Amino acid sequence: MANSPDAIAHFPFPFDQDTYMYSTNVEPADQVRDNGMAGWGGRVYDVCEHYRDEIALRNEILARDPLRCQVLPHMREAAWDVVEHATTSMATDYPDWFSREERGGEVRWTNRLLDLEQVFTPGVEDTLPEEPFHWMMRQVQEDIELLDHRGDALYVDAGILTFGADWSLDFDLGMSFLEIHGPVPRAHELGVFQRAHTFLLGLRAGQNFRRTNWTMTVGRRLDTVTEVYPEWGPDRASLTYDEIGPRLHLRVEVQHFVRLPRSNAVMFPIRTYLISLDELCTVPAWSMRLERVLASLPDDLTDYKGLARYRDMTVQWLAERNATLGATAA
Amino acid sequence: MAVTTIKVRVAEITELTPEIRAFDLVPLNGTPLPPFSPGSHVVVHVPGEDRVRKNPYSLASSPWEQDRYRIAVRRIDEGRGGSVGMHERVRWGDVIEIEPPHNLFAPDRAATRHVLVAGGIGVTPFVAYAHALARDGVPFELHYAFRGPEHAALLDDLAAASPGALSTYVDDDGTAVLAGLRERLAGQPLGTHLSVCGPAPMMDAVLGLARELGWPESRLHLERFALDEAPRLPFSVRLASTDEVIEVPAELTLLEALEDRGIEIPYLCRQGICGECRTPIVDGTPDHRDIFLPAEEHGSALMPCVSRCARGPLVLDL
Ligand code: HEM
Ligand code: FES
Repeated sequence: MANSPDAIAHFPFPFDQDTYMYSTNVEPADQVRDNGMAGWGGRVYDVCEHYRDEIALRNEILARDPLRCQVLPHMREAAWDVVEHATTSMATDYPDWFSREERGGEVRWTNRLLDLEQVFTPGVEDTLPEEPFHWMMRQVQEDIELLDHRGDALYVDAGILTFGADWSLDFDLGMSFLEIHGPVPRAHELGVFQRAHTFLLGLRAGQNFRRTNWTMTVGRRLDTVTEVYPEWGPDRASLTYDEIGPRLHLRVEVQHFVRLPRSNAVMFPIRTYLISLDELCTVPAWSMRLERVLASLPDDLTDYKGLARYRDMTVQWLAERNATLGATAA
Repeated sequence: MAVTTIKVRVAEITELTPEIRAFDLVPLNGTPLPPFSPGSHVVVHVPGEDRVRKNPYSLASSPWEQDRYRIAVRRIDEGRGGSVGMHERVRWGDVIEIEPPHNLFAPDRAATRHVLVAGGIGVTPFVAYAHALARDGVPFELHYAFRGPEHAALLDDLAAASPGALSTYVDDDGTAVLAGLRERLAGQPLGTHLSVCGPAPMMDAVLGLARELGWPESRLHLERFALDEAPRLPFSVRLASTDEVIEVPAELTLLEALEDRGIEIPYLCRQGICGECRTPIVDGTPDHRDIFLPAEEHGSALMPCVSRCARGPLVLDL
């Protein structure tokens, strides 16, 4: 499942400075963002060359662990909102692959990538083969969390997490936005979450925002949720210098913020992209910047992101690569 | 971020009471209107004598109707003129602009039962509530007080959406509805939420009664309209380095006016949240409208994506 040159050119490289610190980095989601290559973004649901593989992986995970996707009863309306939003957006953004026709209250949905056709009536559960959110989540590559807006708070009362970066939906389900971010170092003192919270409470339907978040993962492994830590955690310690290029990946999440119109819930799609450092080094501007960002990353953030075991070694590896890149360029 | 407005045609105007008119708004070209959640309002750009006024009105129709929105407007002669403009200047067939629906009064979806209390024109959001709750099979009761039978608006719409759930009160000062509610509020099962919309003294009285009967704050809700965004007035700024003076008209942000002059300021959110566009000032008093800048920097910087000028001359350290 390596990335094609085209996928690399569209990679959401998240750093536009040589240092990294948390900030309330939200921006309107409608424009393509420059990455020095072909750019990224502009669509809430990104259907890429890994679509079928990632859908298959998601189905395997859900079969093994049904708690990865949960919908509390009062989130029923929000689930239907997601079905409407996803089918409408995907049919508009990718007319060759998806189509949605609405006639007399019925929707005919065609997903040519999965060879699937379904006629359903929005709001009527038994016109779909399973609960609507589950059904839709088997057709997108994003993990999606749904936040109920009650009083002056937002609660994660539904969601799916098959490609998460070291957290657990089952643990966080029902928690508020501010509770969930409890473990993040520094950001509370910086006021990041207070501002983000105010922003999310005021989010309007039709005005989508986005941000990026990042960490690193050993192996091209999407499923690094807390529940399966024993399967991926030890790789952090066993990574060797010679394996860095092919095995160590920069992991970037493109996160969107969408107000769902009928339920008033906030939808939070998280799309995870992995790029190996070998792939990343095909763009020298990125490998040089990553070296500087990693070298200057404060220790508490390095620990929180789980990079402590291999950060120094990786900076050295990147420095060597960048030196040869510089030499070739010169 | 500027809100994009929707153009709608006034398809019907109905005299509901001597003071209240309903306006049915339909899309211009057949594209469905945006779906909305119960409790949502639209901000209507009301044509005025001197300038357009922006007034929020609750959507008083079913959230599943996308070919028509209904709003109901009570004429308030001593108000800021928006309701008078709606009554006097808006005619059948007119095309007017509205902002897309936004919700500051959504029903609590974890509630197992709802008690809704309305006074006068405050009944409007509960039309959509009634449709949604009835559709979802969530039990509710609606208590609606008005000054006299001739002032009862939307009774047909409510009765259609909530058969059996409606109690009405003819009431001048709130005594009748309070008397009726006392018993109802005393006997509600846990998980019931109370939502009130009406004149402020009535909302206070009803919420006061609920508190007296031991209702926790988390189960009490009242409609609070976002006050209109403070008006944007034109102003000018000077750049300290070049003495160049830049005019910022009412319809532009300072950031946009600077960009129009070829001055690039880094930005991300354009909403006063992220902190990217922070710009130092050397003179003047900004009108801070962001949520980023800490108070101790209020005299030394501003966020040009949203903030404007309170007292000039405003001089930017650029
Ligand atoms: C809207 C819904 C959101 C949800 C459900 C969510 C959820 C989460 C979760 C589960 C974590 C991992 C926390 C842990 O260690 O257990 C996290 C981390 C974080 N979140 Fe959010 N988040 C949301 C929005 C935002 C927003 C708007 C911001 C804006 C700044 C933000 C900033 C962060 C940061 C900085 C971290 C630390 C990430 C890292 O260093 O790897 N989040 N979030
Ligand atoms: S651009 Fe984000 S605060 Fe101005």
